[in-house]
Amino acid sequence: MTENFFCMRGICKRYHLADEDVPVLRGIDLDIERGEYLSVLGPSGSGKSTLMNIIGCLDVPTEGEYVLHGQQVEELDELELARLRGREIGFIFQNSQLLARLDAQKNVELPLIYAGVRPHERQRRAAEMLERVGLGTRRHHFPNQLSGGQQQRVAIARALVTDPTLLLADEPTGALDQKTGKQIMELFQALNDEGRTIIMITHDLSIARHARRVVHIIDGELTEGKEATWA
Amino acid sequence: MSALRNLTGGLSMLVESVRMSVSNIRQNRMRSFLTILGIMIGVTAVIALVTTISGVSSSISDSFSSMGASTMTLSATGTDLQGGLTAEDMEEIAGLDHVDGVSPSVSLSVTAARGDAYESGVRVSGRNDDYFAQEPDAIVRGRSVNPIDLEQSLRVCLISEELVETLFYGVDPIGQALYLDGTQFTVVGVLAADADASVASMLSGSDAVVIPYTTALKMNGDTLVNSLTLYIDDANAAETVEAELETCLDAIFDYEDDTYTITTMESIADTMESMLSMMSALLGGIASIALLVGGIGIMNMMLTSVTERTVEIGLKKAIGARPGQIQAQFLIESFLLSMVGGLAGVVLGIALSAILCQVLGTGFSLSYGAIALGVGFSAAVGVLFGWSPARKASRLNPIDALRRM
Repeated sequence: MTENFFCMRGICKRYHLADEDVPVLRGIDLDIERGEYLSVLGPSGSGKSTLMNIIGCLDVPTEGEYVLHGQQVEELDELELARLRGREIGFIFQNSQLLARLDAQKNVELPLIYAGVRPHERQRRAAEMLERVGLGTRRHHFPNQLSGGQQQRVAIARALVTDPTLLLADEPTGALDQKTGKQIMELFQALNDEGRTIIMITHDLSIARHARRVVHIIDGELTEGKEATWA
Repeated sequence: MSALRNLTGGLSMLVESVRMSVSNIRQNRMRSFLTILGIMIGVTAVIALVTTISGVSSSISDSFSSMGASTMTLSATGTDLQGGLTAEDMEEIAGLDHVDGVSPSVSLSVTAARGDAYESGVRVSGRNDDYFAQEPDAIVRGRSVNPIDLEQSLRVCLISEELVETLFYGVDPIGQALYLDGTQFTVVGVLAADADASVASMLSGSDAVVIPYTTALKMNGDTLVNSLTLYIDDANAAETVEAELETCLDAIFDYEDDTYTITTMESIADTMESMLSMMSALLGGIASIALLVGGIGIMNMMLTSVTERTVEIGLKKAIGARPGQIQAQFLIESFLLSMVGGLAGVVLGIALSAILCQVLGTGFSLSYGAIALGVGFSAAVGVLFGWSPARKASRLNPIDALRRM
């Protein structure tokens, strides 16, 4: 069953730079089960961003197999990848990346617009999600009227609104102060308790520890284990 | 059912795209305004020029049709043996069916003098009595040229009101003496300004002095007439007359080629029209360059916009926007910019051409063709010049885009 939910086998990624193949990922095997809360911990330059791009279907591996929710990702074309991202992945970025011209409600509706959901339904679902992340009263605030933590909550609502297979967070607390960061981690915990699958990419061990399972990525290779450290 | 859902989903996607485009355009007010201005100027120029020229052209053809095809001008250079028309030839031509009269025209340029006052380069035309019979409004005062004047080549003249002003100020000119190149003439009448609506006068301007054509021939040391105006009693018979005239002239000049030219109202109107349409095309072409520059302005703005919004594009792609949806977004934006400019240009162009037509004194008529042209042009410019930036945006690699965060 795990094979069909999230399974990576021998994922390699090489970039071609100045007549030289630079390997970034060197044969990554990773299995994730539904409802897991995993963090990928690694220093900058370890290949964790590249791994995130491949997990997030923004990029395809040079070699290896990646199955997400029963679909063979490396075989998909650009259009199918876009569909897959819209349906299966909820992205949360370091700087929340909200569109400044749109209010919270519209920002959350955005993925549903691209998915072709009708106005009435997407308004309802976006409102529901904002309620869920505790911003029910600030639906019509614009990003510059919200604090950093609130902006990140809007971004989380946006990631959740399509009911994705997995939440993919890239340094979700990187731009936040410690207290707000902790609140966001609590929200992640709650979401995981509801059964959401979460993958969090971070270089911060204290943040990574919030996850139930931690994998380390160093020089493009993964090592399992909560106790392992790198220095 | 699912097709319907797709359709309504697509429609709301379109509505959202338009909404986002409008908000993007508003975001960069100054830049958008300048870009719109570029298109607006181009469309204004095209519309104003096309509409004004079509106004001029329609007023010209109106004035032609009001005159009817009642006159015809014959210009005969003749052969080496006979370098023009004799009095007998003219009589023969006058005898053709539907020809009401013929009036020769012998032109010369003289110095007109009275006492110390003189006027040089005065246009003198030798004419006959038929001319005055056909143009009853040509005389304000006095009498016209009569058969006796013609037969005896008398030195009588009719002068224009303008010449009365300059040479006979405060004096009744009738019966007075006037010297044309030193030869004494007696003024017998005053010509009306612009009463002569014949083809010949339309081409060469109105006469300052009219004398009997026989007198004019003598002054020129000539006996043959090279220019003749035919008056036709039935405008519909113009073609028949032309054919008859050709037969007649072929006989006179013994079949030699290029001995004469017949000019009808219709042929002049045709020439004018084709000249105007050529001018219209030329000016329209120049104006389209302005439109092209406007289009380049749009392209420039869109390319800048794509670069500025790289992160936004990357984000939208990450949350599931398909390349086509990104491309549509940018295309809609450039289309809107161009259309706003185009519509403003149409309004401004119509206003401008209304003013121009007023100034030129020609009838202004709203040309739907020009409006369609302006709107169509700007729509095409929007899509054409927006295409490549939109495509660039849609092909943006989401990773490269997001890396800029």
